[in-house]
Amino acid sequence: MRPEIMEEVEALRGVNSVKIKEAHEAGKKVVGMYCVFSPQEIALAADAISVTLCGTAQAPIEDAEKELPRNLCPLIKSSYGFAITDKCPYFYFSDVLLAETTCDGKKKMYELMGKIKPMHIMNLPQTAEGNDALEMWKNEMIKFKSFLEEKFGVEITDEKLKDAIKLMNRERSAMRRLHKLNAHKPAPLTGVDMMLAQWLKGFNVDKEAGIELIERLISEVEERMENGIYAFDENAPRILLTGCPIGSGSEKVLKVLEESGASVVALENCTGYKGLDVLVDESKDPITALAEKYLSTPCSCMTNNNGRLDLIKRLAEEYEIDGVVDLTWQACHTYNIESFTVRNFVKDELNLPFIQIETDYSDSDVGQIKVRVEAFLETIGSTVTA
Amino acid sequence: MISIGIDVGSVAAKAAAYDGEKIIATALLPTGWSPRESGEQLLKEIMGDLNITRDDISTIVGTGYGRVSLSFIDKKVTEITCHGRGAHYIDPNIRTVIDIGGQDSKLIKLNDKGTVIDFLMNDKCAAGTGRFLQVMANALEVGVGDLSELASGTEPANINSMCTVFAESEVVSLMAEGASKEAIASGLLHSVCNKTYSLASRMGVEDKVFFSGGVSKNKKLGQLLSNKLGAEIISSNESQFLGAIGAAIIGYK
Ligand code: SF4
Ligand code: SF4
Repeated sequence: MRPEIMEEVEALRGVNSVKIKEAHEAGKKVVGMYCVFSPQEIALAADAISVTLCGTAQAPIEDAEKELPRNLCPLIKSSYGFAITDKCPYFYFSDVLLAETTCDGKKKMYELMGKIKPMHIMNLPQTAEGNDALEMWKNEMIKFKSFLEEKFGVEITDEKLKDAIKLMNRERSAMRRLHKLNAHKPAPLTGVDMMLAQWLKGFNVDKEAGIELIERLISEVEERMENGIYAFDENAPRILLTGCPIGSGSEKVLKVLEESGASVVALENCTGYKGLDVLVDESKDPITALAEKYLSTPCSCMTNNNGRLDLIKRLAEEYEIDGVVDLTWQACHTYNIESFTVRNFVKDELNLPFIQIETDYSDSDVGQIKVRVEAFLETIGSTVTA
Repeated sequence: MISIGIDVGSVAAKAAAYDGEKIIATALLPTGWSPRESGEQLLKEIMGDLNITRDDISTIVGTGYGRVSLSFIDKKVTEITCHGRGAHYIDPNIRTVIDIGGQDSKLIKLNDKGTVIDFLMNDKCAAGTGRFLQVMANALEVGVGDLSELASGTEPANINSMCTVFAESEVVSLMAEGASKEAIASGLLHSVCNKTYSLASRMGVEDKVFFSGGVSKNKKLGQLLSNKLGAEIISSNESQFLGAIGAAIIGYK
C-alpha cells in the first residue's frame, strides 16, 4: 500500500540520533531550533548541524507542568519537557539553541530554557510589513551570525552563506515537489506520510542524504502514480489542514481525519508547506535575502497575517480542496483568535466548509473529535452531492 | 418499505420508523450496559409494534455514541447530521438546532433541505451543558427539573463564572450571603443562556430555532434564549427522538 521508501523515511529519526551522536563526538557543532523563522542557513554556514527541537510528544508534558502552568499550549510544554528531562537526543547534543520572540508562551518559556543551555534569541518584528521591520530583522540575522562566529570560533563568509542558501533551497524545492504530488486527484500519499516526511527533515544531520532520499521517494511515488496506485480513491473528500504545527506524536487530528475517510492533501501549517512556499533569493546579498525570506512566513504571531489567507486560497485552488480544517492547540491565543478570521474567509470567500478543532496532545477527546470530523465530512458529502 | 433509525445515546436508546412520508412509530429504552443489546431490543420492539418483519425494512441507520457497536445496521451517520434531518422533518422552516444535552451542547445550522451546512460543539468543558445545571441544582439542593419554575419571576443573581467548578463555589457563597434560591436559579439559567448565545453568535442564527436535548425541558431557559437570540424557539416532545427520526429519514431511499 505505502511507498516502500516511506520506511526509510520513517527510520530517519533513529538513524539521525546515531548520526548526531557521532558528529558530536567528531567535534561537529549542533544548533537546536524551534521555529520556521529560524535561519538554518546561518548555522550551516558556520559548519554546524541544525536540528528542529519543537516538542510534538505528550510524554514530557507531565514533567514540564512541574514548572510551567498547565494552561499552556502543549507544544511549548512538550518542548520544555524534553529540555528538562534530557529525553531528546537532539536537545542533548545541541551546543546552542536558537529561539525567536514569536508568541508570548514560547518567549517566556525560552527565558527558562536559556538557563539550561546557551541560547540566542532573535527579536522577531511583530509585522512583516514596511522597511523598518525588514531592517530590524536583517540586524537580527547579523547578530545571530556574530553569536555563532564567536561561540564556535569560525568565520561565516558570504560565500559560505551562499552555499548554505543553495543547499537549503534545494531541500525546500525537493520538499515542495513532494508536497505538490498530492495536488493530484486522487492523492498518491496519505497526509500522515506527507507530514512524517516533512517533519523528519528537521532531524537530518546530512542534508544531502536527506534530499537524495526525498528525491527517491518522489520517483517511487511518481512511478506508482503512473501505475494508478493512490493512497485514496477519487471520491475521498480532499482536506486542507491549517493552524498550529504538528509532528509525530501530535498528529491526532490528522489521523482521525484520514481514518474517517478524508484525504488530507495540503498541510498549510509550518510543519508542512508554509516554510517551503518562498525560496531564498540567490541573487541578492545573503543576509538581505535571508531576512526577506524568513520575514515572509505567514504565522499567526504576525499582525496582520493576511499572507496566511492568501496561501490558504492558493492551496485550496491548486489542491482542489473540499473542506478546510483549522487545528488549534489549547491555549494558543494567536491561532485561536485568528481562527475566526480564517473561518469567515474560508466560508465567505472560498465558499468551502470549515471546522476548527481545538485540542491538545492527549487522547482523552479522540471520541469527541471523531464525531465532529465525521459530521464535518458528512456536511461536505451532502453539499457536494446536493 | 420502511426504514428504521436507531440512536444509541449514553443514557437512552431511541428508535423511529419511517414509511417515506411520516414517522409511524417510535420506541425508547435505557441504554444500560450494552448499547448493542438495547439496540437489538429496540429493533424487536418497533417491529412488534408495527407488526412487521426484517424483510419489510429496507434500511437501518445507526447514530449516537453507541452506533459503532450496532452490528445489524446498514449505515452509520453522526448524530449531528441526523439531528438536522430530524428537525427539518418536524418543521421545514427550522434553520438552527440548539441541542443541549448532559455532556455537550451543539449548534447546527441547516439549509432549506435540512442539510447541515455548519455546526459547532462545546469543547472539553461542561460549561453551558446539562451537567453544569445538574451540579448547580445539587449545590442549591433542588431538583434540576425545578430550576425553570424557581427561576421564573425573579431578578437573576449575578453569576460570573462559566466554569462548573468555580460557579459551584460562587453559588455556595451567594447562598451564604443570603441570596434567594430563586435568584440564584435565575442567574444560573442566564449564565447557560449567555454561553449558548455566544456559541450561536459565532455562526449566526436565522428564522426558527429548534431547541432539543435534555436541557430543552427547561421552559424558562427556552424563553431566555428566545429573547436573547431574537428568534422563535420551538421545542417538542418528540425532541428526544430527533436523532432516530433523522436517521430513519436518511435511510429511506
Ligand atoms: S506556528 Fe509560528 S511560531 Fe509556532 S513554530 Fe510555526 S512559525 Fe513558529
Ligand atoms: S502553537 Fe501557538 S501557543 Fe503554541 S508555540 Fe505555536 S504560536 Fe505559540
